[in-house]
Amino acid sequence: MAIHEKSLIETERLLEHDSLVVDGVDVSGQWNTMITPRTIVDYDDDFEAKIQSYVGGEYVHRCWQCGSCTNSCTMYAQNVQFNPRYWIYLTRLGLTDELIKDKDIIWQCVSCNKCTNICPKDVKPEGVMKALSHWLEEEGITEKSPSRIFDEEFTDQVYDYGRIEDSKVMKNFFKESGQPLVQGWLVEFTKRMIKRLPVAHLVRLGTNVVFTPKTKSWGKTGEVLKAYVREQKEAAHG
Amino acid sequence: MAKVAYYPGCALEGSGGPYDRSTRHLVKALGLEMENLRDYNCCGAMEVKNVHPMLQTYLSARNLAIASEQMGLDTVMAPCNGCYHNLKKAEFETATSQQVMDTVQDLARKADDPVYTGDVRTLHLLEWLMEELGPDGIKQRMTRSLNGIRIANYYGCMYTRPRQIFPEKDQGPGSESSYQPHFMDDLLAAAGAVNVEYPLKTACCGGAHTLSDSDTSTQLVLNLLQSAEDSGAEVIATECPTCHSGLEMHQVRAETEFGIRTGVKVLYFTQLLGLALGLSPRKLGIHENVSDSIGLLKEKGVI
Repeated sequence: MAIHEKSLIETERLLEHDSLVVDGVDVSGQWNTMITPRTIVDYDDDFEAKIQSYVGGEYVHRCWQCGSCTNSCTMYAQNVQFNPRYWIYLTRLGLTDELIKDKDIIWQCVSCNKCTNICPKDVKPEGVMKALSHWLEEEGITEKSPSRIFDEEFTDQVYDYGRIEDSKVMKNFFKESGQPLVQGWLVEFTKRMIKRLPVAHLVRLGTNVVFTPKTKSWGKTGEVLKAYVREQKEAAHG
Repeated sequence: MAKVAYYPGCALEGSGGPYDRSTRHLVKALGLEMENLRDYNCCGAMEVKNVHPMLQTYLSARNLAIASEQMGLDTVMAPCNGCYHNLKKAEFETATSQQVMDTVQDLARKADDPVYTGDVRTLHLLEWLMEELGPDGIKQRMTRSLNGIRIANYYGCMYTRPRQIFPEKDQGPGSESSYQPHFMDDLLAAAGAVNVEYPLKTACCGGAHTLSDSDTSTQLVLNLLQSAEDSGAEVIATECPTCHSGLEMHQVRAETEFGIRTGVKVLYFTQLLGLALGLSPRKLGIHENVSDSIGLLKEKGVI
């Protein structure tokens, strides 16, 4: 029996000989297609608890697999491989190998909160996406995603100054993530931006770059917050 | 007419400068009263919560504490969706969880910061204008009409989602809707604009990944721009500096990197309302937008 719905089967599990004769009958091509049986033995029983220990993943156990998150997902509309419902399912089962196949796209969640808004079980899938991408990074399965680099650069500035200055975040982010600062579209954008900008405004932007705006009463707030986060992370991950 | 604490946030001090200035001039022209939130700090934006959610809650609560403890005000008004969302979230979490409140107060004492004790509410600029004046109040004060300029009202993500942290929304007539927000539509219609039927009102512009996943952001912004044009809009009105910058940036990026041109203009709703009140384009920072709408506004007889 020929197998027509190959799109539903992982290519690496399909076996097919281009030319094959069995007992004098030519069964070349799709007539000999077989699927290698899949027996799953590598459930990680502790995986769900591990993801719960990452910020954002606390409520993953509530999921009932209704699919509302994927159905409403901004990224799913861009790329059908982006499937929060499926990743939550894999997390709960502890099928890490299967999850790792999508390691390069999980970080792309844009935090639009459509899933968290619609979830009938309050799983907060947006948080689970962040927890999963952080787990992938902590385990060394993926590099730090550009998004994570941006988050950390941003947070470091808040720790230090209490505020951020957007051009500084941008500059440091490009440096950290290895993107060139001079990109065609950015140059064009900057040109259009300064074309009609009043001089006073330009000067103010320039001053902001040199002297990062600072919350004057910030004092030791940054240090206290840093210490708190360190404590929390140690308690969660040892 | 109650005075509120004005929380511009970091974006309005930087790239969202025109939004800050048009807000200040608009509020003054409308005769409303606000006072700058003293020596504020960042609300945590979209990024800080990914390092730790409590950071964001604390940063936002610290701003609420400044309003009540140092200024004696019980309302904070934020024009930025990110700030508004985070302050609302802190307000909601501290009100519904004693544990969160205890942690916030504990951190504040350790850092010698003002201690938040609850009972400060956050309003978005849109909500504040609706509460104080409403469409009729705008109508009474306007000096010129927006002359039927066709507008797609774009609200973005953070103004409505997740609905759980906005308990005052979806409360029937007169309240804002989290699925079909209409406050900006109402105000601009009062000023003489025509609001087109825009299905992507609360779609995402990819703002959180504007630089870290540019291709996705460009695609999402193109959806917004093209859908607005298909709806017959000449202008997309924004009420968030991140959405506004994102739309402008990726409109340029789509053009330079992919050769896809879109003609729809991007303006802050405060700039549009300001024009209806007879304020000059310069005052409203319209020249500072990257999206050049001066020609269109002249053609429409708005300036």
